Amino acid sequence: MTHHFSAASLLRNAFSGHKNWSQQFRSVEPESKYQAVIVGGGGHGLSAAYHLAREFGITNVAVIEKGWIGGGNTGRNTAMVRSNYLQQDSVKLYDASIKMWESMSQKLNYNVMFSQRGLLHLAHSVSDMQEIGRRAHAINMFGADAELLSPGQVREWLPDINLNCRFPVMGALLQRRGAIARHDAMAWGYARCATELGVDIIQNCEVTGFEINNGQVRSVHTTRGRIETDTVGLAVSGHSTHLADMAGFRLPIETVPLQALVTEPLKPVLKSAVISASIHAYVSQSDKGELVIGGGTDPYVAYSNQGGFDEIETMMTAIKELFPNYSRLRIMRQWAGMVDLTPDRSPIISKTPVRNMYIDGGWGTGGFKTSPIGGLLMAEMMAKDTVPDLAAPFALSRFNTGVLVDEGAASSVAH
Amino acid sequence: MTQKYRLATGGEVDRNQKLSFTFDSKSYSGFAGDTLASALLANGVSLVGRSFKYHRPRGIMAAGVEEPNALVETGEGGYREPNLQATTVRLHKGLVARSQHRWPSLRFDVGVINDKLSRFFPAGFYYKTFMWPVKGWRFYEYFIRKAAGLGACPDQPDPDSYDQCFAHFDVLVVGGGAAGLEAAIQAARKGARVCLAEQSDKPGGQLLHHPDQAIDGLAPAVWIERVLDELTAFDKVTILPYTTVTGNYGHNYFTAIQHLRGAVSSSSQKHCPRQRLWKIRTKQVVLATGAHERPLAFSNNDRPGVMLADSLATYINRYGVLPGRSILIFTNNDSAYRLAIYAARAGAEVRVADSRNGSDGHWVNQARTAGIRIDFGKVVVDTTGQRKVTGAKVMSLSSDGTTVEGTVETIPCNLIGVSGGWSPVIHLHAQGHGALTYDDDICAFVAAGGSKEAPTVCVGAARGCLDLKVSLEQAAKVGAAAAFKAGFGKGEPTKTSVAETVKTGAFSPLWLVPAPQGSRKGYRKHFHEFQNDSTVADIQLAMREGFDSVEHLKRYTTTGMATDQGKTSNVNALGIVAQHSGQDMKEMAPTTYRPPFTPVTLGTIAGRQHGALYSPERKTPMYDWHKDNGAVFEKVGDWLRPWWYLKPGEDQHAAVVRECMAVRKDVGIMDASTLGKIDIRGPDAAEFLNRVYTNAWLKLGVGKCRYGLMLNEQGYVFDDGVTTRLGENHFHMTTTSGGAPRVMTWLEDWLQTEWTDLNVYLTSVSEQWAVISLSGPKARDLLANLVDIDISKEAFPFMSMKAGTVAGVPARIFRISFTGESSFEINVASRHGFHIWKTLAEAGDDYGLTPYGTEATHILRAERGFIIVGQDTDGTTAPMDLGMDWIVSKNKGDFLGRSAFNLPVIAEQTRKHLVGLLPKEKAKLLPEGAHVTMKRNEPFPCSTLGYVTSSYDSPILGHTIAMGLIENGRDLIGQNIFARNLDGSSIEMTVCEPVFYDKAGEKSHA
Amino acid sequence: MFQIECPYCGKRELTEYSYGGEANLIRPTPVEAEESQAWAGYLFSRTNKRGLHLERWFHVFGCRKWFNVARNTITNEFVDIYLPGEKPQVDEQAKK
Repeated sequence: MTHHFSAASLLRNAFSGHKNWSQQFRSVEPESKYQAVIVGGGGHGLSAAYHLAREFGITNVAVIEKGWIGGGNTGRNTAMVRSNYLQQDSVKLYDASIKMWESMSQKLNYNVMFSQRGLLHLAHSVSDMQEIGRRAHAINMFGADAELLSPGQVREWLPDINLNCRFPVMGALLQRRGAIARHDAMAWGYARCATELGVDIIQNCEVTGFEINNGQVRSVHTTRGRIETDTVGLAVSGHSTHLADMAGFRLPIETVPLQALVTEPLKPVLKSAVISASIHAYVSQSDKGELVIGGGTDPYVAYSNQGGFDEIETMMTAIKELFPNYSRLRIMRQWAGMVDLTPDRSPIISKTPVRNMYIDGGWGTGGFKTSPIGGLLMAEMMAKDTVPDLAAPFALSRFNTGVLVDEGAASSVAH
Repeated sequence: MTQKYRLATGGEVDRNQKLSFTFDSKSYSGFAGDTLASALLANGVSLVGRSFKYHRPRGIMAAGVEEPNALVETGEGGYREPNLQATTVRLHKGLVARSQHRWPSLRFDVGVINDKLSRFFPAGFYYKTFMWPVKGWRFYEYFIRKAAGLGACPDQPDPDSYDQCFAHFDVLVVGGGAAGLEAAIQAARKGARVCLAEQSDKPGGQLLHHPDQAIDGLAPAVWIERVLDELTAFDKVTILPYTTVTGNYGHNYFTAIQHLRGAVSSSSQKHCPRQRLWKIRTKQVVLATGAHERPLAFSNNDRPGVMLADSLATYINRYGVLPGRSILIFTNNDSAYRLAIYAARAGAEVRVADSRNGSDGHWVNQARTAGIRIDFGKVVVDTTGQRKVTGAKVMSLSSDGTTVEGTVETIPCNLIGVSGGWSPVIHLHAQGHGALTYDDDICAFVAAGGSKEAPTVCVGAARGCLDLKVSLEQAAKVGAAAAFKAGFGKGEPTKTSVAETVKTGAFSPLWLVPAPQGSRKGYRKHFHEFQNDSTVADIQLAMREGFDSVEHLKRYTTTGMATDQGKTSNVNALGIVAQHSGQDMKEMAPTTYRPPFTPVTLGTIAGRQHGALYSPERKTPMYDWHKDNGAVFEKVGDWLRPWWYLKPGEDQHAAVVRECMAVRKDVGIMDASTLGKIDIRGPDAAEFLNRVYTNAWLKLGVGKCRYGLMLNEQGYVFDDGVTTRLGENHFHMTTTSGGAPRVMTWLEDWLQTEWTDLNVYLTSVSEQWAVISLSGPKARDLLANLVDIDISKEAFPFMSMKAGTVAGVPARIFRISFTGESSFEINVASRHGFHIWKTLAEAGDDYGLTPYGTEATHILRAERGFIIVGQDTDGTTAPMDLGMDWIVSKNKGDFLGRSAFNLPVIAEQTRKHLVGLLPKEKAKLLPEGAHVTMKRNEPFPCSTLGYVTSSYDSPILGHTIAMGLIENGRDLIGQNIFARNLDGSSIEMTVCEPVFYDKAGEKSHA
Repeated sequence: MFQIECPYCGKRELTEYSYGGEANLIRPTPVEAEESQAWAGYLFSRTNKRGLHLERWFHVFGCRKWFNVARNTITNEFVDIYLPGEKPQVDEQAKK
């Protein structure tokens, strides 16, 4: 029923006035019973649904979305994809996701505009240099790609950069496979394929509770009725705690606002994505030409999708310091999302205290890039009730033992 | 070229002040008071820009911030600024403006091929193609990127400066139109601190181009002057022209951007900041932000010459420009009839096509009386022309509004004034999460809450009230009420301004003009979002493909995502969706209104915080000496610390070797002033230290020093330093330089929240003390000449402290060492730091005294195996991992982090130990951060044993040394393992104890 | 962007404060902490309340005092401000 997308189909449809394109995804009324229910219609939830159907043959699946699919952090992030992490388990996980991104457009028959433009992580001090040195060596050893650049090489990648800024650029960690992508397309692509495989996408449907008997989930209560199921996956960034509360368990999560903004569109000026963790800003240029800028999270718990203007000031001063030529550019649109931060800044891909309820969450600011792998791992947990090797280090139980995957480790202490 | 479209009289421009400017290198002239748009129109320039996707020729459509089409670039070099709306650029002498997003020229733009092929590029076409070959996207993307974007980024730094200020008001009134002026004066009369922010050059709003309707019997211009005179007489009133309130960040916090140079070029006023960011906290806010007129959706409705009716009226009455002599007005409401009257008065030929069945409104009747031809039930279905409209095709609208019928009449005209109704400017209300509701009377969204008669915050057109009389009444009430809520007056307005009621006919929504039966192009040229070229056909396609949520639709069609943020298109898009899907507008919600209201210059938000002011540079009292003596500075946090000191002809390596050897053989001097220092007093001070450090502190003798480790509650090392007992109840704590603020906050936290039983006082004294470290075998001999106390080995042992004078200045001298040599850390009041340093430096000549920097320090400490927290530890290093079990007291009771030792991660897991690493090849320097494997050349990907934390070439040892955190490292001592380079090659090394020099630790006692 | 009422200084801008995480966490005694889960819970488990949240703030660029607040995390409205060791005066209903 769904059209194959290609230049030829585009051409063919042009001659019929584009009147024959079919729906890319359907939003339906929920059935009373499903084999599996995924709560959350963002990148992770839709990816989980797609992979459940595609890889594990489970197609009697509902994706329940409170608003409209891709409308949470999937539609609010700055669309960077990278695996330049510190810990072995993280690098493996995030790099597995990059690999899925690399073939996603073809697999989904949906152009997600995945563009490996390279990502530079700048170092501004001796301790930054030590940190990226450790990271570069780790990333390489664990099978992803990383290079260390001298300031001169940084200038070749970023001709406009002010190397001699207040905290001079001493070097950079380059990940050539680092990429940006079209965030909405990823959600729509998964939704389209999941729909085609028989998954029901239910929008404007909010979960109000879970029915749990003897520690096993039995049904999901929603604003559109009760849905019987014995397998539930949670992929609800910004609402993980809220849903865990309903299911009766507690998470090591704090939900904080993360802001981002874009400038007016410009002709190509910035080839790669740039992150400067120590001065709190990152920037890339979208295909449309907008500079997409982000920074640190606001520090306090908030569920208002609104952050403080002080964070915006921090970002703008940092960008102007790094790229003085950008000073006269104008900020066009600004927004915030809610991110679920864990103590070790690593995700939770895990079974939960409720039998047959699984969680793929706590991604902090890294959820977009890992939608493919997060969804795949959750699908496997839901299909087999076993934890895949890649997910094992990210179990909820690590917050009992203290065996964390600490991504904040190298930057959280004194010098 | 003469201004052939300028009227002989009228408008607010100063015909005596002629201003020359260029557009695309061609010279023109305008008058003071013009915008670039009005000046271009006066000169007959109708083609100003090209649209984003199809590169269609575009002109000027509006007269303000809602302009979607006329985007230009101004200025040269560092002053260049892309993507400016010609309608908001004030004309100044010598203004250089250029069109953008076209190649090779504005008239002949090859990009227009996209328009010819537009049927192949519907909304979202890029999601459906460009997928092969697998790596092909980067190839397509290269061309797509070049075609996208609008203007170009400046290629030089911005030479201008920007200011910021904070302001507190009782009542902030946003918008200086009739409603804003009335609200402001009502609040001001009650004595409130009022701020009136107006985005254009002067208050007045619509009154400035609608001169016919009197207020208090006065012409609008006279009334405006009267109100402004009264307002300016109040001390507590701030009037901010050229100021746009751009953001509502909740809790009555608003940002506003003030343009400080008005109509003056940037380069001629370098001394004056260009813009100022106001951060406003106000008790009450009144939004009198007006309304934006909406265009109508018909085929080829984007040709230059199709303009918003009220904007055209603005050009006629405010700027004295009539940009065409033959005008067709196409409307679905009464407001556009004012244009008919003004245009006819200015001498134009005018006709009106009105989609409604009729109207008995005042202005309609006035137009009729003036002899203007009005055709009701008629709609424009298409336009003719290339780069400028030459005519309109008009048909009859069927009674149910779903089709057009009858014969096509082509009306020649060179301007089409369109009005599809008005959208109140509710952005600031919506940004603050204010609720919205659909108002059937004006077919638009308005602020919910209150009523039209008694609105809460939005007044006048911003509340959907298009009648001047009612607007003024509302504004008076709301202004007085705002003052009352802020604590002024009783809430009753006084001396309310009065206007006559104008009778108007009803609105009739016309979200789109139906395409004629059998039309081949259908809705492909019905633009509703002009800049991004989003058409009615695109919306229909998106809905067909399942993107029926408006937020999906916005993202799929890019509607409302242009630089104007959908000011003219968002409500129309919803109307089109509603009509297409048969939904009621009342059930629809607009997409989220996001700040800023109009684009804000990045540099304005950054303000003065760049370069040296980006973050303060902290310098020690001895900074100037270092600078004069060849120091190269390392930036450590905000501090500038000498990294090494270069002598003539020396390179970094030679300097560091010289400095290290001097400390080992003679004596070195180092500026350690940046160390964090905390003064701790109180009867429970020792008990306090006992709880924050891992070791025991109660029995430390007065005058004795002790090294301590601080852990966080996860049991991991958080900071370290030496603390000294100055008296029974008085301690001097040192912390790492970077950790000082964090440790202070941490200690205050525990003292104030958990240990309220302790009587302890903390004072940060980091800046109060200059610290000079003398280190080396000759340190004592040198210092002995300058002190008044006995500093012999016996009288002043290692790890103790004495107070005395150094060169006559009171000092605390600590016998502690970070180099492993006999050392004296001299603390003097900061103001004496420079003097003492200089005195020591001069006295040191005979002893071979050498200043040394942080690099030498790091090597010297590594030779002795002293750790740097954060380099040889990370956020997961426990004291036992460092081999420092000796510093963890087993029997003193609780201390911070202790209970974490029960966690399996510390109690049971394999841990990484800090060990020494000696490369087999003595000269080989291990890369810091390199990871370690057991086997040589074990292929990647593989697992890591740990990593190198510190690695140096040791001058005294004559070979390289390193430390690393290695899994079970202490069990591997004596074994050979491999550090791995980025390219995978291996460096063989031997694991050893992390002490390389003076293993017995005797020298520091000397 | 909200303001916070410091119990010592009065209402000040958010930017004068630093956030200190959830308030009223109970620190296990060494004996209690021998059960490592108790300590892990103290370290990591958070209510992260959507609604009324009890939390700590530090007036870092002011009087440098720590205090607690009850804040609605949806609207950023403050329901109570109280000192360390005190219990918040909040309606039990509001906590839900």
